[in-house]
Amino acid sequence: MTPSPQRRVDVAGLVIALLLLVLAGVVWWDMTKLQILSPYDLGPKVMPIVVSGCLTLLAIGNGIGAFRGDLPARDSLDWKPIVLILGGLACLIALIAFGGGFMIGTALLFAATSTAFGRRAFVTDFIIGAVIAVFVYVLFAKLLTLSLPAGPLERLF
Amino acid sequence: MEAFTSLASGLAVAIQPMNMLFALIGVLLGTAVGVLPGIGPALTVALLLPITFKLDPAGSIIMFAGIYYGGMYGGSTTAILINTPGESASMATALEGNLMAKSGRGGPALATSAIGSFVAGTIATLGLTLLSPYLVDIAVSFGPEDYFALMVVAFVTVSATFGDSPVRGLTSLFIGLTLGLVGIDILSGQSRLSFGIPELYDNIEVTTLAVGLFAVGEALYVASRRHVHEEKLEAVRGSLWMTKDDWKRSWKPWLRGTAFGFPIGALPAGGAEIPTFLSYSTEKRLTKHPEEFGRGAIEGVAGPEAANNAAAAGTLVPLLTLGLPTSATAAMLLAGFQQYGLNPGPLLFAERPDLVWGLIASLFIANGMLLVLNLPLVGLWVRLLAIPQPWLYAGILVFATMGTIAANPSPVELVMLGVFGVLGFLMRRFDFPIAPVVVGLILGPIAESQLRRALSISLGDPMVLLQSPISATLLVIALFALVAPFVLKGMGRFKAVED
Repeated sequence: MTPSPQRRVDVAGLVIALLLLVLAGVVWWDMTKLQILSPYDLGPKVMPIVVSGCLTLLAIGNGIGAFRGDLPARDSLDWKPIVLILGGLACLIALIAFGGGFMIGTALLFAATSTAFGRRAFVTDFIIGAVIAVFVYVLFAKLLTLSLPAGPLERLF
Repeated sequence: MEAFTSLASGLAVAIQPMNMLFALIGVLLGTAVGVLPGIGPALTVALLLPITFKLDPAGSIIMFAGIYYGGMYGGSTTAILINTPGESASMATALEGNLMAKSGRGGPALATSAIGSFVAGTIATLGLTLLSPYLVDIAVSFGPEDYFALMVVAFVTVSATFGDSPVRGLTSLFIGLTLGLVGIDILSGQSRLSFGIPELYDNIEVTTLAVGLFAVGEALYVASRRHVHEEKLEAVRGSLWMTKDDWKRSWKPWLRGTAFGFPIGALPAGGAEIPTFLSYSTEKRLTKHPEEFGRGAIEGVAGPEAANNAAAAGTLVPLLTLGLPTSATAAMLLAGFQQYGLNPGPLLFAERPDLVWGLIASLFIANGMLLVLNLPLVGLWVRLLAIPQPWLYAGILVFATMGTIAANPSPVELVMLGVFGVLGFLMRRFDFPIAPVVVGLILGPIAESQLRRALSISLGDPMVLLQSPISATLLVIALFALVAPFVLKGMGRFKAVED
């Protein structure tokens, strides 16, 4: 068995294995702070111990896979749209956190996402997003009586 | 014939105008999301959960089930016309269906899949009706250790046995189980993995996880590889109707597909993919027109489509009788029950027969509605595909964020949505299955409480798991299901070396 040329060590796969190992460590560390209250119940520690142990095993399994280059083939990656969408989401979160209401944020998210998918009409899409936001607000808040975070714009309704 | 009496009383619930309306909304939404690439029934139910929790439980659950059935119908339309199956269960349909559409026989392909779905859905729902009372009788005698063992079986089959890679499937499952640990432990009142963040004390919301993984993750993934991938819609040309010959070639595959789909769906093995591919390969072997396979054979559409729908109905058997979800959509349906404080299982059949049997009866009605909606109106659904992709995904993200924030009005919830979105993106990129994460989050805490209940009854002796014959058998099955893929894979490699 000679290794074929594509079978190289997959760095991304090693990172995944490492992250799983870290996760297992966090679960274990968190478990050590728990107390067992009942003598008959194994208590809240059982499940974290099992999960942490299995995550460690899986980290090893993923690591072996990465060394063998067993990961599926991946297409080239375009980072710009990801940054745009997550940026839109971050704007929405910031606006809600600082009392700006959700409508402006929603319109921004709509426009950012459609730009990420290749549209070049940010202003038009922003307006469409705003219209959808108003529609959703009326549907959720008025018809279904759910509460949505309000800012200056929402208080107009 | 107790089942039919129950079904009749369920029918009385299902034909109430409000419930009929909910069923209609459900099948309309379900077909729409099935047709639209990128959103499936699991995501739709997840998006609707926060909006519906103030509505009537029976109506909402009937609507969710309608979405589930509708998604199965709609998915085949997309699979046939643009060769991008909306969900993995339509992959086999896309093989022959798209070729039929390319050669101008898109109409009969759509017709045989709609009628086949109807036939299979009706037979399988009948199976659900007849089988459920028996399973409920068995499930009543289950102790906590048996339930725990059953969930272990479900964990293993959902994540390891039928996936591409058992290691990746199990990794997904344990990510879900880890997320299930977060929050205050009910039995001891101590918080786990919460890091002092108040929003984490009352557990991770299933909706936030599902919407993040499915909606945000999918949007990020599609956007990141838009430059690689181009879709082409085949127009429906020629007659929509099947010829006499088409009928003759379709009815046996429909029945065989149902025979594959229902039992496999009903086992706690999960997924509609296996039966659809089994059906496809069977039809390919049995056909009298082998030359047409690979160029658009109607048997290759009729069989898998029937298997797909029968499996969807089969999945409801373990869900309703045992509370055991074996697919992402079933997991979301379970979350739908839980948001009203209802727990599917033998107790629900005893306490709320109106709801359970109303739901089962409404499935028959939904199936009828879907046949009407999908056959003459298929042209209308195809127009949905004309929605520009940027607006489609932007709209999905707006609804995803709004639904999340309406359920839990806190920016932290949106941050979690974003984190789960990135997780969903990475999992798609590195080919980790998504469903086991959702199943792990929902089922993990239930499995833990059953295990701890069993252990406290046995005064901490873990042997209780092997002393109950039911539990011992189930654990052996789970072990077998866990080891089998590794052994088979090893054998496969051995053969490859020999060649």
